[in-house]
Amino acid sequence: MNFHAPAIEYREVLPILIVLGGALLAVLVEAFLPRARRYGFQVPISLVSIVAAFVAVLRLHGTSHIAAEGSVIVDGPTLFLQGTLLLLAFCGVLLIAERNLDSSGSAFAAQASAAPGSDAERTALAAGVIQTEVFPLTLFALSGALLFPAAGDLLTMFVALEVLSLPLYLMSGLARRRRLLSQEAALKYFLLGAFSSAFFLYGAALIYGYAGTVSLGGIREAVSSNAGNDIIILLGVALISVGLLFKVSAVPFHAWTPDVYQGAPTPVTAFMAACTKVAAFGAILRLFYVGLAGLRWDWRPMLTGIAIVTMILGALLALTQTDMKRMLAYSSIAHAGFILTGVIASNKAGLEGSLFYLVAYGFTTIGAFAIITLVRDSGGEATHLSKWSGLARRSPIVATTYGFFLLALAGIPLTSGFVGKFAVFSAAYSSGSAALVVVGVLSSAVAAFFYIRVIVLMFFSEPKEDGPTVVVPPLMTATAITISAAVTLVLGVWPSLVLDLAKSAALFTF
Amino acid sequence: MFPWLTTLILIPALGSSAIALLPKGRDLLAKQVALGSSLLTLIVSLLMLLDFQKNSPDLQLAESHDWIATFGIKYALGVDGIALMLVLLATILAPIVILASWNEAENGRFSVKTFFALLLILETFMVGVFAATDVFLFYVFFEAMLIPVYFLIGSFGGAQRSYAAVKFLLYSLFGGLLMLASVIALYVISKDQLGAPTFDITALTHLQIDAHLQRWLFLGFFIAFAIKAPLWPFHTWLPDAASAATPGTAVLLVGVLDKVGTFGMLHYCLPLFPEAAKFFTPVIIVLSVISVIYGALLAIGQTDIKRLIAFTSISHFGFITLGIFAMTSQGQSGATLYMVNHGFSTAALFLIAGWMISRRKSSLISDFGGLQRVTPVMAWTFFIAGMSALALPGLSSFVSEFLVLVGTYTRYPWAAIVATVGIILAALYVLLLVQRSLHGPVAPGNENLPDLNRREMIAIAPVLAIIIILGFFPKPILDVVNPTVAHTMQVVGVTDPAPTGGK
Repeated sequence: MNFHAPAIEYREVLPILIVLGGALLAVLVEAFLPRARRYGFQVPISLVSIVAAFVAVLRLHGTSHIAAEGSVIVDGPTLFLQGTLLLLAFCGVLLIAERNLDSSGSAFAAQASAAPGSDAERTALAAGVIQTEVFPLTLFALSGALLFPAAGDLLTMFVALEVLSLPLYLMSGLARRRRLLSQEAALKYFLLGAFSSAFFLYGAALIYGYAGTVSLGGIREAVSSNAGNDIIILLGVALISVGLLFKVSAVPFHAWTPDVYQGAPTPVTAFMAACTKVAAFGAILRLFYVGLAGLRWDWRPMLTGIAIVTMILGALLALTQTDMKRMLAYSSIAHAGFILTGVIASNKAGLEGSLFYLVAYGFTTIGAFAIITLVRDSGGEATHLSKWSGLARRSPIVATTYGFFLLALAGIPLTSGFVGKFAVFSAAYSSGSAALVVVGVLSSAVAAFFYIRVIVLMFFSEPKEDGPTVVVPPLMTATAITISAAVTLVLGVWPSLVLDLAKSAALFTF
Repeated sequence: MFPWLTTLILIPALGSSAIALLPKGRDLLAKQVALGSSLLTLIVSLLMLLDFQKNSPDLQLAESHDWIATFGIKYALGVDGIALMLVLLATILAPIVILASWNEAENGRFSVKTFFALLLILETFMVGVFAATDVFLFYVFFEAMLIPVYFLIGSFGGAQRSYAAVKFLLYSLFGGLLMLASVIALYVISKDQLGAPTFDITALTHLQIDAHLQRWLFLGFFIAFAIKAPLWPFHTWLPDAASAATPGTAVLLVGVLDKVGTFGMLHYCLPLFPEAAKFFTPVIIVLSVISVIYGALLAIGQTDIKRLIAFTSISHFGFITLGIFAMTSQGQSGATLYMVNHGFSTAALFLIAGWMISRRKSSLISDFGGLQRVTPVMAWTFFIAGMSALALPGLSSFVSEFLVLVGTYTRYPWAAIVATVGIILAALYVLLLVQRSLHGPVAPGNENLPDLNRREMIAIAPVLAIIIILGFFPKPILDVVNPTVAHTMQVVGVTDPAPTGGK
């Protein structure tokens, strides 16, 4: 038996390698540099490796190739999503690196390993320690996210899922304030995440049992030639869907979302909300459009049901929230439902629409969470809705920008959110799912209500005596907000820029 | 050709941006910029008439540029006779409202310049919504319009402003989203039938849509328009919004914005879904008649002047939809004329009522009395506006109401007869209002009210002049509107019923 070394097309996996390399370098910085000097290295390392990876993605433009022995597929959707992820991560890192907002220096725990309220924590706080381990964690998570939509077989997909998820579990527990809440969120996220990963693995095993291969192309062929036992593949599809739908927080696998979004440090929430959704939908699209395309008539009813309850429940539960971050969490659940309508379309328009929606949603969400980091009182961020009352009086620009993001999330014309909705709904309608469109439109109406409630609160209510102060955004946060707002506006007024790109990218290689 | 319509859209938008960039505290300059740019828009819109061929039913002054090529969406503008009249209604009323609202924004939550910047951006959207010939572009303007109105009501209105603004927005958004579902369906159907997607209104009228589907799509559009118009039972937001808004906002809201509803029925519902329109006609006729009577009855019962005017509008919108769905040329011409006339007569009512209310610091009818002796000019102008609302012959509303009833009678005699009761009720609510507030002994608190000042007189004079001129001489408008109405009827495939003479 002779082995041959796997052929790796380094140029084609370069974006992932650059980010991974950056992450390793960042670990070395953590290990060998004195604490005070780390921050000065970590921020440039993160930003430079993201920008370099983005350049590498641009240079791959037009590639359509199966790389690394079939485990990584570099094609239009991969490159489109990787580019999106890198741009979003750039904004995310800017928020994570911000040190001029919190009076104590950073949004992250002085020493994550010290138990809340312990002597060790007090010592670390008194010494003014600010940890920087969040930067390598972010880069690791990002490298997993970059691999996720590119995975050409189920095992690579699983590895990507874990590389994306594990750092996120830790990052959720790093909040400097309200540490117990943050740690609880991390634990919940970890337990449920591990559980859903097991579902994914089990599903992958069953599909392997059916198809005799884990590669998506192979599964596709096996399905079309009707190779094995139907029950096994259907069970496999159901279980693997659980793992993936968990990541995009579709109902009924959404339970972690509000707690984690609320408990995690807001910059991490911003990064996670945008990047996880993009990466996981990338994987979902590839799995269902490539591997399971032949089973369309089996998985479509399942996803239709999930999309409907996701849209309705997300919108309805968001109505009852009193915390800004939890409200956005439920709104992200509702949006997962909207994007699913694009997935269900299972035609080219559906793919294009979903890709566009992910860009639009990602930037709007990062911008919205960035604004939340600005509204603060003595206890840190003031996320309770009542504290935002009359915000427009204190800071008209911040309130207007936030209002704009909310209108984009609600899908008002001239924002990117509207074009995204139109794209996915029209794709769903053309595939014959008129009912889905009607449910989508009605839940948009419900969703509009809670977004508008916040606008009413900010613009039409009286400010409170002991209300929060709105910090003037320091440079990095301001940059992230400006980028997000600009993308949200430009994609609303001139969406062709990205629509055309999505159109030319919307072709899977297998 | 000169892009008239784009110019009309751009001038107020630029004015609005200029105001937004002004430094704090330059309120007077902001007002002057607002008035200046709205007057410039008015002048351009009048010059535009020179290029309009009044005998043609076509969409004229057309412009078209690719906007979102992937979806076949174009930035396409153009007007037919009906759209032209409504664009003019908007450009005429905008400077009048700005002049009349000169000091209205002082008690708002936000600065004075915000108020005028919002008014101008609203004018941009109003022109856009009537001029769009691409259904998607129309939808964009239709929804975008809500945002400035929402802030105008919620930031500068009276006591119930937040509640009213939210109610207005939610009703409208709900209708808009239903329409979005229909727009999406049209997009997909056009892609299937024409090969490439399009939103061009003329191309869309050639689609062959299955009758059953047509009914659903019709409902998506119609409910959105019925909420906007508003037709009973979708009307409940209007009295709240109109009474909470400042008089100027109320004029634009009821006078112009609500016309988007009736305009949409005539311009979109009928040509796009002719079969469904015919199917639903009996129901809509019934709803219209209910609106006429219900609005009038509730108007009689109101104690608040602005709410009273809002309910009279519901009654008048009933007449307009009645005229549209009677499917006769007199009915539809009358309905179009009514849209214009109602715009002016409501403008007069709301503006003068607003001045009365701000002087007396109360909007209750019972707090007024004997204004005829104290403030004769204000009382006379209010009297003329009231007479216009009850459609006194010689004032503009009479012609349109008469045309609508004649047009309806030839097809639905019973509806016309019941609607005529609305005229009698109209006499009741107007005369009661006039009698209680203007005549009789001077009520306590009214003794020292100042009469209209020069700015107010300048603002109201053109409105009253138009009401009187159109009352005697509606021909210029009818000449422009008739070819378009004939064309619409032809697209829908209906003809006027043959006159049935003596047997």
